[in-house]
Amino acid sequence: MENYKMLNNVAVSENGFLFLPGTGESFTLNEIGRMILEYLKEGNSSNEIIEKIAGEYDVDETVAERDFNDFINQLKNFRIVDAI
Amino acid sequence: MSKKYYERPVIIKQHSGMMNKFGSSPSLPPITEVEGIPVKELTEKYGSPLFTFSERKIRDNQRKMLRIFKTRYPKVQFAWSYKTNYLGAICSVFHQEGSWAEVVSEFEYDKAKGLGVDGQHIIFNGPDKTEEALEKAVKDKAKIHIDHFDELYSLMEITERLNLKADVAIRVNMDTGIYPKWDRFGFNYENGEAAQALKRIAMNDNLNLIGLHTHIGTYIMSAEPYRQAVIVLVELANMLSKQYDIALDYIDVGGGLPSNNTLKGQYLDAEQILPTYEQYADAITAPLFDLNLKPDELPTLILESGRALIDDAGYLLSTVIGNKRLSNGKRTIIIDAGVNYLFTSHWFNHKIAPAQHSGSFTENSAVYGPLCMNIDVLREDIVLPTMRKGDQVVILYVGAYSVTQWMQFITLRPNVVMIMEDGSVEVIRESEKLENITSSEKVPEKLNSFSLK
Ligand SMILES: Cc1ncc(COP(=O)(O)O)c(C=O)c1O
Repeated sequence: MENYKMLNNVAVSENGFLFLPGTGESFTLNEIGRMILEYLKEGNSSNEIIEKIAGEYDVDETVAERDFNDFINQLKNFRIVDAI
Repeated sequence: MSKKYYERPVIIKQHSGMMNKFGSSPSLPPITEVEGIPVKELTEKYGSPLFTFSERKIRDNQRKMLRIFKTRYPKVQFAWSYKTNYLGAICSVFHQEGSWAEVVSEFEYDKAKGLGVDGQHIIFNGPDKTEEALEKAVKDKAKIHIDHFDELYSLMEITERLNLKADVAIRVNMDTGIYPKWDRFGFNYENGEAAQALKRIAMNDNLNLIGLHTHIGTYIMSAEPYRQAVIVLVELANMLSKQYDIALDYIDVGGGLPSNNTLKGQYLDAEQILPTYEQYADAITAPLFDLNLKPDELPTLILESGRALIDDAGYLLSTVIGNKRLSNGKRTIIIDAGVNYLFTSHWFNHKIAPAQHSGSFTENSAVYGPLCMNIDVLREDIVLPTMRKGDQVVILYVGAYSVTQWMQFITLRPNVVMIMEDGSVEVIRESEKLENITSSEKVPEKLNSFSLK
C-alpha cells in the first residue's frame, strides 16, 4: 500500500480548519479527517494509520481502509498530500 | 473497552471569497507546463495547436476508479469506451491497465481487434451492427449486447446458419428519473419488452445469455439514477435465475460518470456541485447485494466509463493570433484552435488557463477560434489576463470526445502527442497533410482542366 506525506505548506488548526497559504484555499475537516492528517504529519505509514483508527474507533479494518483511500484521493486532488 | 463512534473522514472545501466582484470566477493561475514539459517547448517542437495527453494521468484515473469500485464490490471489470477516444495509443494504455474494449460499430470493432484485443474481451454495443459484423462477432466469441428485436432475430438466424453459439446480453432501458430518457436504445423494462426479449433468448439453444447491460446517459449529475438502474437489472437477474435457472456472468452499467467539465448554463463549477465518484460507486454497488445468489455466484460488475477516465488527461495547447474589441467594448481573444477541433465546446465551458505569467490585471473576455464562422466560439465569457499575439493558452479537460468528434474543416487537424511516464514525448497521431484529404477524392475526367482569365 502506498504511503503519503503532507506537503509542507499545509496549516491545520485544532478545530479542523485547514489553510493552504500557497493558493489561499481553505477547508474544514471532521474529527477523523483531522486525526488522519495528524498521523500523516507524525510520519505514520498508511497501514499504521488504518490500524490505529480501527483500534480506537468502532469500525472494521476493511471499511477503515476503504474510507482512508477515498479520503487520501481527495487530499491528493486538493494537493494537501502526496505519495512518497 | 468500548470503542469511539466512527464517522468516515471528510474534508470540505470552503468557497467564500471565490467569486470576485464581477461575480465570475477569477482567472486560472498560469499553466506553463504539462507533466513537467514547458508548453512553449511542446508547441515549438510539435506545432500549435497541439493536443497533449498524459499517460500517467490516464493510468492514475483508471487505477483510482478501479479501486473505488473494488473496495465496494468484489468483481469489477472496466471496458474502455472506444467512441470516447479511440486513438490507438490511448486505447492501448487502457488495455494495459486491464480494460476490455467497448465498441459500437464495425469500425470500432475492427480497430479493437487491430490493436490486439481478442473477441472475448470486446463488448459489442450499439443499434447498428451489420449482418457481416454480427457474423464476425459470433465467430470471435465477442460479447454481443442486443439492442432491439430485429437484431435478436438476425442473431438467431446467423447462429443457426453457422451452427455456432453466441454469448449475448441485452441492453435494457428504464425510467431512472432523469431527463431526457435514453429509451431509444435497448429493450424497455417498464413495458415488459426486456422480460420478453430475455425469454426469447433463454429459450434459444444457440444464444448463451451471459449478462445484462444498460447505459443511462452521459454526464449524469447525480448518483440516484444509477441506483434505480441497478435495482432494475438486479430484479431482472433474480427473475432469470428463478424462472430459467440462468446465472449471469456480469451486469454492465455502462458509462455516464461526469468529468470535471462544467456544462454551459451551469452557474457553479462542476467541481463544486457534482457528487464524488465514491458516491456514484455506493449507489451502483449497494443494490447488487440484493441479488439472490451465493457470494461465489455474484456476477462481475462491468463499467464502460469514458469521459470520467480521460477528460482531464487531455490538454489542448493553443496560441493567441490576436486581440480585438467588439463594438460593445468587450475584449475578444482569437486563438488558433477552433470548434472544429473542440466540438465539445458546444456543450461545455472548457477551462482555459494562460500558459505564461502575466500582470495581475484581468478582464472579462470572449475566446474565439480561427474559423471564418460566427459559431466558432470557445468561451463567451471568461476572465483572463491580458494576452499578446504569440502568447499561449492551455485548454483543460479535453480528453473525451475531442479527437473522435473533431472534424477536418477549413484547416488540417494538428498533431496529437502523449507525454509518457518517463517524460519523453511521442506523437500518437500525426497532423494531417493536404494529400490525406485529397487522396480519397476523385475529380471526374471532364473537370480535370480549366482556364481562368
Ligand atoms: C454504450 C455506451 N457505453 C459507454 C459510453 C461512455 O459514456 P461516458 O463517456 O459518458 O462515460 C457511451 C457513450 O455514450 C455509450 O453509449
